Amino acid sequence: MTNASVVNRRDFLKTGAAGGVALVIGFHLSASAFADQAQEQEKKTPNPFDAWVRVAPDNNVTLILGKSEMGQGIMTALPMILAEELCLDWKRVKIEQAPTNPKIYDHGTGGSGSVSGSWLPMRRAGAAAREMFVSAAAARWNVSRDTCKARDGGILHGARKNFLTYGELVSDAAKLPVPDFNTVPLKNPNDFTIIGHDTRRFEGQGKATGAAIFGLDSRVPGMLFAVIARCPVFGGKVKSFDATKTKAVPGVRDVFAIDPVGQGAFTAGGVAVLADNSWAAIQGRKALQIIWDEGPAASESSASLRQQFLDNAAKPGKVVRNEGDAGAALAEATKKIEAIYEFPFAAHATMEPMNCTVHIRSDGAEAWVPTQAPQWAQQIIAQTAKLPPEKVIVHTTLMGGGFGRRYQADFVMEAAQVAKVSGKPVMVFWTREDDMQHGFYRPASYHHFSGALDAKGNLAAWKHFQTSTSIEAMWNPKGEENPEKSEFATAAFIPYQTPNYRVEYTLAKSSVPRAWWRSVEHSTSGFVVESFVDELAAAAGANPLEFRLRLIGEDRKIPDFTNLKEGKPLDTARLKGVLRLAAEKAAWGKPLPKGVSRGISGYYSFESYTAAVVEVSVKDGAVKVHRIVYAVDCGRPINPEGVRAQVESAAIYGLSAALHDAITINGGRVEQSNFHDYQMPRIAETPKTEVHVVMSQEEPTGIGEPGLPVVAPAMCNAIFAATGKRIRRLPIRAEDLA
Amino acid sequence: MATSFTLNGKAQSVDVSPDMPLLWVLRDTLNMTGTKFGCGMALCGACTVHINGEATRSCITPVSSVAGKKITTIEGLSADGSHPVQQAWMEEDVPQCGYCQSGQIMSAVALLSKKPNPTDTDIDDAMSGNICRCGTYQRIRKAIHRAASMQAGKAKSAA
Repeated sequence: MTNASVVNRRDFLKTGAAGGVALVIGFHLSASAFADQAQEQEKKTPNPFDAWVRVAPDNNVTLILGKSEMGQGIMTALPMILAEELCLDWKRVKIEQAPTNPKIYDHGTGGSGSVSGSWLPMRRAGAAAREMFVSAAAARWNVSRDTCKARDGGILHGARKNFLTYGELVSDAAKLPVPDFNTVPLKNPNDFTIIGHDTRRFEGQGKATGAAIFGLDSRVPGMLFAVIARCPVFGGKVKSFDATKTKAVPGVRDVFAIDPVGQGAFTAGGVAVLADNSWAAIQGRKALQIIWDEGPAASESSASLRQQFLDNAAKPGKVVRNEGDAGAALAEATKKIEAIYEFPFAAHATMEPMNCTVHIRSDGAEAWVPTQAPQWAQQIIAQTAKLPPEKVIVHTTLMGGGFGRRYQADFVMEAAQVAKVSGKPVMVFWTREDDMQHGFYRPASYHHFSGALDAKGNLAAWKHFQTSTSIEAMWNPKGEENPEKSEFATAAFIPYQTPNYRVEYTLAKSSVPRAWWRSVEHSTSGFVVESFVDELAAAAGANPLEFRLRLIGEDRKIPDFTNLKEGKPLDTARLKGVLRLAAEKAAWGKPLPKGVSRGISGYYSFESYTAAVVEVSVKDGAVKVHRIVYAVDCGRPINPEGVRAQVESAAIYGLSAALHDAITINGGRVEQSNFHDYQMPRIAETPKTEVHVVMSQEEPTGIGEPGLPVVAPAMCNAIFAATGKRIRRLPIRAEDLA
Repeated sequence: MATSFTLNGKAQSVDVSPDMPLLWVLRDTLNMTGTKFGCGMALCGACTVHINGEATRSCITPVSSVAGKKITTIEGLSADGSHPVQQAWMEEDVPQCGYCQSGQIMSAVALLSKKPNPTDTDIDDAMSGNICRCGTYQRIRKAIHRAASMQAGKAKSAA
């Protein structure tokens, strides 16, 4: 093991800490024992020519992507970093998905951590390859290295006539010793020609012509298409089934049951119907007659969960954080404010339903998987097939959306089992109904806030009780969790100063599977914190922007309570910076057209700072969002255009949570089934969205998710400004506006 | 029983169950995977194709109902992405995950064939059947306006 590998691992863990409150830390620490050992292995620094860059003799350069592309633009951003250090002409670069090999690549893609975690490793890999080309050219010309410079995909010595392309040098360069990654010289950021420049998505053409291949587009000779009938009640199992009618459906080839597998990420099993085409499989499934053992979840409902929340809220919770004496301060407060906020489960609803294609033979296996965790898919298929992981080739396909759903492995577990029994290449695909009713949802939660203001309008106390079904508890064999270390510590990490600060948490039990949903716990923590601080501002009779700035206070770094050891502290100057920038760009305080009102929020997540000013009007029990003005500071933006696109996207995802997203449970099953009863924002609901990106020189940080948490609170704060009504439960209901 | 139709300008015949939706015929029988499955109930628009020039949800269209008709899919717009709408999509960097974009583009092409210079309201009306979970709607709107002016420019230079 070299020093470089230690640094790479540290860089990776740093990323984990960032995103990770739930997604990476929660995942890697609590789930690593069975899920992700491969990801956590020490990695040797590979020769960049084996791992990251392939140069053909004709000077065609192919850069390798170790992360998964789900729309977030990583297929463009990471190669941009490599290309920058390699001094390539971006227009000539080709990009290829890496083979799944966790000994070389940190494949896991989530927690908005790909750019921050890959920033240094990619720069070093690119720089190492560049230096190897320089050495090869210097040797070829028999000149000193410092007279040779990398330019546009080749090495230049003196006048332009002494120019060798990488293609001409690669056979020599690849054989040279790999420079030490700790000391390899990196480019001066002032010389960047690719990083920091607006760049169109690499795979954009394929996505505009239909040529892009998603998981569901995988086609293997002789393959079958399969759907699985699952018990509508969570955790329910097959008691018995009759496939007589199914087998009579033309095109159906096989029907068999598969077993429940896994914990944390799991499948409850079901009955698989394999057919020549998707339609026949769907028709065959309709004809199945199954008797289910529904299990204990059958009595669960959204109403029973809410009652559990209320019962929990009637008692003190486990103390997550306690400073001063919030109870005493609240008792003697001159002004006391109370608020209760509630959220339902929410579905990811990726446009491409889950699917996975696997072919298991006796000597090896091959799979085509739209996954955020290909290394995990490889492990699952290897275990099912009883093969060593290196005998399992996993092709990571493009994904029609991920948002955390595709960091789960249930669909891989199913496909591996079906392929193992069948022996043929099989695609297990989900219908929209399967996706809506057998997902892993954003946890439902309930929050009781109490706040006190002193005579000067300072925050005398902040008390937050929360109860929720948690993600963390999914992974705990006893279904328990440690709120200080789990996603709920996030709400105990606020930028607003108060001498009396208390956060409590009580775990609520539920059979409904939960997982990381875009921005994870920040989607709800951001809402409650940024709504309640707005309520306090109103109670203090203060301008919501000025109130926030005052409570944030002086420039300082607040330690990351969710991860004191490794987390990046919150830099209050940067948070105030985005609040002021969004306010300035939105003309905060200036008059608006009649009936239109503004709200603001600012938030720190995934090591990035975002603020939004939202303009709304409310009419006839309906809210219309006219405009969202964002300011974001995610450190040095690799691709500013990509950053804007991600924030525009998070705006709509956040709008979706504010206006529509609600999964409700009755009889242990999901009541919604498709887009008619689980609505998505559509084009007519789309506000004008402006994204102002701070051209920071700090280390780059996350951007796939941080745009989301600020949308709903800024929107609901604007509704308050318009109507005097506080929205304290999402999605927004007409009766709450009236 | 065989069903015959014209697919992207070429005669095509398939021997499948007559109630099989066109979507699955395209994807599984003909391996033309540019047209996407999203909901199976004509709620999301990912499966949009043109049937005799009309934007149609192929997921609920039995193949028997397209006998003798002209079908255009995303693959039929151009072989190389040179269709003005595809060009505009690339120039505005519309796609994110990209899964819904075949359907979005097919709806946009149908709109522009009827209204070469659509207003925002026209766009809202014509595109409201297409869901994008990545929320690329703002760029879709811009790309449609851009495609409209590209097509207008072309028409002008041709005249």
